[in-house]
Amino acid sequence: MAGLPEKDLVDTGGISGMIAPRPFVIRRIERDTADTFTLRLKSGSDRNGLHFEPGQFNMLYVFGVGEVPLSISGDPAKPQFLVHTTRVVGPVTGALHRLKTGDMVGIRGPFGKGWPVDEAEGNDIVVIAGGIGLAPLRPALYHLLAHRKKYGRIVLLYGARTPADILYRRELEKWRARFDLEVEVTVDRGDESWWGNVGVVTTLVPRSPFDPLNAVALICGPEVMMRFAVMALRKKGMNIDDIYVSMERNMKCGVGLCGHCQFGPKFVCKNGPVFSYETLKNLFNKREI
Amino acid sequence: MSMQTLKPYLAEHPFLQGMAERHIELLVGCASNVRFDEGQYIFREGDEANEFYFIRHGKLALEVFRPHKGGIVVQTLKAGDVVGWSWLIPPYFRHFDCRAVELTRAIVLDGTCMREKCNEDYQLGYEIMKRFAHVMEDELLALRLQLLDIYGGTT
Amino acid sequence: MTNKARRSLHEPAVISTAQLAQFFAGLSESGYRIIGPTVRDDVIILDEIAGPTDLPVGWTDRQDAAAYHLERMPNSALFGYVVGPQSWKKYLYPPRLELWQAARNKRAFELKQKQPEPPKLAFVGVRPCELAAIEILDRVLTGGEFSDEYYRRQRENTFIIAVNCTEPGGTCFCASMGTGPRARHGYDIVLTEVVDDSGHRLLVDTGSEAGLSAMSKLTAERASNEIQSRADELLSRAAGRMGRSLDTADLRELLYRNIENVYWDRVGKRCLTCANCTLVCPTCFCFATEDTTDLEAHRARRERRWDSCFTMDFSYIHGGSVRPSAKSRYRQWLTHKLAAWHDQFGSSGCVGCGRCITWCPVGIDITEEVCAIREHDPAQATVTEESNI
Repeated sequence: MAGLPEKDLVDTGGISGMIAPRPFVIRRIERDTADTFTLRLKSGSDRNGLHFEPGQFNMLYVFGVGEVPLSISGDPAKPQFLVHTTRVVGPVTGALHRLKTGDMVGIRGPFGKGWPVDEAEGNDIVVIAGGIGLAPLRPALYHLLAHRKKYGRIVLLYGARTPADILYRRELEKWRARFDLEVEVTVDRGDESWWGNVGVVTTLVPRSPFDPLNAVALICGPEVMMRFAVMALRKKGMNIDDIYVSMERNMKCGVGLCGHCQFGPKFVCKNGPVFSYETLKNLFNKREI
Repeated sequence: MSMQTLKPYLAEHPFLQGMAERHIELLVGCASNVRFDEGQYIFREGDEANEFYFIRHGKLALEVFRPHKGGIVVQTLKAGDVVGWSWLIPPYFRHFDCRAVELTRAIVLDGTCMREKCNEDYQLGYEIMKRFAHVMEDELLALRLQLLDIYGGTT
Repeated sequence: MTNKARRSLHEPAVISTAQLAQFFAGLSESGYRIIGPTVRDDVIILDEIAGPTDLPVGWTDRQDAAAYHLERMPNSALFGYVVGPQSWKKYLYPPRLELWQAARNKRAFELKQKQPEPPKLAFVGVRPCELAAIEILDRVLTGGEFSDEYYRRQRENTFIIAVNCTEPGGTCFCASMGTGPRARHGYDIVLTEVVDDSGHRLLVDTGSEAGLSAMSKLTAERASNEIQSRADELLSRAAGRMGRSLDTADLRELLYRNIENVYWDRVGKRCLTCANCTLVCPTCFCFATEDTTDLEAHRARRERRWDSCFTMDFSYIHGGSVRPSAKSRYRQWLTHKLAAWHDQFGSSGCVGCGRCITWCPVGIDITEEVCAIREHDPAQATVTEESNI
């Protein structure tokens, strides 16, 4: 159904692609780790694909099953391919996992505010990712590397549970080989084959070669990891308004109308998912907000 | 390398940032230069702990040996890190194996020598204890986080 | 609504109940369905009415925390009660609305959207607190970057006949919230009912061109100074007779600094998380989407329906709910309504209608809860201790 005419997609809200999903076709599926996979999708109706900012997310609809918010993990300079990486955690991601090349999914988006890659120009960049938190940061990394000269040192600190859980392994190896990018990968639990770092990702912060007073930090991972990463960065002397985190809440409508993703006064779907830590500091450590 | 040439290396090691010069001098008196080849064990679980190390470059791994599983790495340490605090705490025994993951250069401090100096000069002793407390806090924090198994997901 | 509309567009008029019936008939002829309060199952609800006789004539409501009942009045007032469990949100923002349908075609699917054209509705008996609630919904649903089109179109198709409150209810606190008992704007016409020795009269003010044009079909008598000052007197008396009150001073900051106040535990133990308060609230706007398929999995549809922050699913992310405890869900609702709303939409989310107090099965009272937080505010305690020294 690659040629589905646009006129059939009447939009309830009059906002293109915001209320009614648009058709995308799965072109490739990669099994990244035992429980994560990457879908490469192509728009069924728009040759130009889907323009997005690093850090934005889409709602993915599987026919008859439902919808799930997923961050975009492809290259913002190649919008003709829409890339999503996810883990099987519920019925919709389970259904996505069962789809085959050539199957169709519905896409609404892109939604939200992404990483401050433009504002961060001229600074060192420290990217801290935990687990599948690397997926929403990958577009930012693509952008930073494509505009390498505009930034100071770029550091990627990535933590995974075990060596087998490392996401985008080949790409990380390629990046490690670059002279203009510092990549440190660590695992919580090593095995016989692992010769790399062992320890949580926050242990990489103190020795990381960036200037804390002229750096911008981009963090994504489980909330606990982000809290500890913020502490480690502050200990190193970073200002909290230079630290950005990507929040996860129950995004449903994507446009700040349904109320589900509220985090204090913020709607994560439209005010986030990326926030300056400064704006969240009174809420970030509070329970059940 | 003579003892005096070690002084600038010690002075710029993150662990000793802000330490008074006379204290650095005291440390230099207990220090010497070492190198470990890839795969070499620096110490073994149960060994007497009479040294600690300032890593200059390279990487060390702390391991626990488990039958049928081999050495399980619980922590890796590298340039800027300090290795070993068992020399501070009686009865001065090692709790882990420590292996060089790659060629590693470090400055080793003689624990017996350091204990004596710390006993003679409580101010030095306090400075050293304060810095190790910091390292212990970092490691305890990291360990607790590791225990949470945060990436595992809850489904 | 412009500032100009705060005053009557023409001289205030006086009409009889018979003329009100004519007025309704005129609206019906122009294609409006008349929606107003009416008695059903011992409760005043909102439904389509044929004329003033379908209104709860001679009825009043007695309301308190977790208590509601109707009583006969000694007169035949049309509007001698306040608000029932339903609000106008039911019509402007339907509890269920289909967003789209999809049909499977082999491995692909095709989407179709058929949304009904909102009907022309005339709301009768909209109270000042409810006008304020509609204004809030206007900002929430149409004031941002993305707007709710169904709501916007229904609003355009709605004629509002407001009624000022001369008899506040037991759980009312609109005076505290600055939303009543007199309507200031947001109506096409507004009535003040005066039933006394001089008879049964309805004072009419108009607030819009549509109101003016509808009124021009009646030959209404010009309002005398006597009835105008009588209405003023009734309304200022009503302002002083609210069943509840809420101190809004510093409220947003009070709640933000008390997110971890232990007092939330106490209300959390009483709250059943039944969601009644959010369903009766005239400004609660959260919705959920529901995807359904036919048994053969050929057709799917998405519907949106009212949702509540009191349900466990509301904040679900993989692994569990962000707010598993009753305490956190009550805190979310109250803090959103009275504090976060200011950040999000520039006003309080509460209009003082009192529905959440009346319809809470265990009688949790939002005004009492705010009082309790205020009393248990550690910041205030310090100040008092210091000032005592």
